[in-house]
Amino acid sequence: MISSHTEPLTFSTIAPDAGLKTALSMKRADLIAEITNSQLKGRGGAGFPTGVKWNLAAAAQADRKFVVCNADEGEPGTFKDRVILTEHADLVFEGMTIGGYAIGAKEGIVYLRAEYTYLRKHLEQVLADRRAKGLLGKNVCGHDGFDFDIHIHMGAGAYICGEETALIESLEGHRGEPRNRPPFPVDTGFLGRPTIVNNVETFAWVTAILVKGSQWFKSHGTARSTGFKIFSVSGDCDKPGIYEFPMGITVSTLLEAVGGLGAKAVQIGGASGHCVPAAEFERTIAYEDVATGGSIMVFGPDRDMLHVARNFLEFFVEESCGQCTPCRDGNPKILECIEMLDHGVCSSKYLQEICELGETMQVSSKCGLGQSSPNAFLSIVKHFRNELMGRGL
Amino acid sequence: MLVTEQERLRDDIASWAQDIGSDRSALIPILQEIQGKYGHISDFAMQIVADKLGIHPVEVYSVVSFYSFLEFKPAGRFVIRLCRTIACDMLGKDKVATQLENDLGIEFGETTPDGKFTLEWANCMGMCDQGPALLVNDRVFTRVTPDKVTQILEACRKAFGIYALGSIGEGHL
Repeated sequence: MISSHTEPLTFSTIAPDAGLKTALSMKRADLIAEITNSQLKGRGGAGFPTGVKWNLAAAAQADRKFVVCNADEGEPGTFKDRVILTEHADLVFEGMTIGGYAIGAKEGIVYLRAEYTYLRKHLEQVLADRRAKGLLGKNVCGHDGFDFDIHIHMGAGAYICGEETALIESLEGHRGEPRNRPPFPVDTGFLGRPTIVNNVETFAWVTAILVKGSQWFKSHGTARSTGFKIFSVSGDCDKPGIYEFPMGITVSTLLEAVGGLGAKAVQIGGASGHCVPAAEFERTIAYEDVATGGSIMVFGPDRDMLHVARNFLEFFVEESCGQCTPCRDGNPKILECIEMLDHGVCSSKYLQEICELGETMQVSSKCGLGQSSPNAFLSIVKHFRNELMGRGL
Repeated sequence: MLVTEQERLRDDIASWAQDIGSDRSALIPILQEIQGKYGHISDFAMQIVADKLGIHPVEVYSVVSFYSFLEFKPAGRFVIRLCRTIACDMLGKDKVATQLENDLGIEFGETTPDGKFTLEWANCMGMCDQGPALLVNDRVFTRVTPDKVTQILEACRKAFGIYALGSIGEGHL
């Protein structure tokens, strides 16, 4: 099930429990300062600084706090969290425990997507082993007064629940409809209590940073995007699978490593990301240039980009939660335009109007889904206009 | 629905609520238990859950209608979900889909008349490097070809009767 092409991954070189023991020997403020200093940003794709998030949750006063691991990996083309949970679940749970210590939480929840139900047995076993070793439960690692345990909550099949406030709604037993922000989850999260929601990979990196130090992490990547990133590579290339690269790698270097030279475009960041054409393969994959939660999909010279756009929009039409108008009604309008282009009955003027509608969705949708769902279509129209227009029946 | 079956459902829900809890955040886990054992969530089940949790049944309905793994209609013993997202699409999901429809004699969204198989589409299931991928209940199959469809269905038929809604035996493939 695992196909990693950059062995060994950093994660497989991290000694078990070392990160947690280091963390427990530190003062909470120093621990959060260490994470802040590493400049680790959310690996789910949004890129919010982890240290800042933890600091806010640590400062909040409440009777209960929660650490939530977002394992609702649903972005098309992403499968790194599945691999991390299969191979390195201990690092993830260790990172969650460190998070619990940092913010003063006793309860951790893994929100695991329904499609990954087959991983649950394995994860429950890892949790049971950790409890048996005293790494979870009362007085974790013999540290007086620090109790922490983790349970798994299954998702029920909804892409939108990867959005953190929708995930919290789902945990509370509601439809996965994103909340208005503020208040933010660090202040008013699960059951109205301060909650940190971090991606699977983010927690694993936290553990790695505690072992190897924030300076080590910072010495890789770019000034604004530090450290390494796990990429999920699929599509028209010789070696699809999992790769680890420093942030700031160019698209062309990545394509060379995966055997995807000669591609006509690469979709970076999944269906909600951007389509980068061959002419721009010198751009870098980093938060300041083309950001991604890890999804890299390679399109070979013969791929029909309109077909790609249609597949993405069909996805968003189905996965929109339907709560806000721009997303609920905008995505079907874009899909309708794609069908018109396919039948060769779309005027340039109408295409222009739909592109403007897409831009309106980007600024007026309530959550990240509607704000980013037009990205792929707009970038495909921008770069492959001639391929889309003037089609015959 | 027979009275005895209603009573069984009522007892099951009471026992799940005992284990999981009866606050609102227990709603989805309880619904998943019902889905797992009964293959769908009936109007009657929704009413019982609503009573148990002290919420309006329409709240339960709104949740069931939202999530794609919770179903109103009785599903087959084996629910086959084929991934239709772009990576699996590029690796040939259309051919697999056609073969599934041909072999089962139903279209996507339908259940076979004998109640054995339900065919559904799924959005990206995180197997993009090994597509086309499909799930049979909880079990994942990768690099599925039209030829392999026959084997998968055959393994399901063999497992039928011995195993309940769980995964099919590892030994079959």
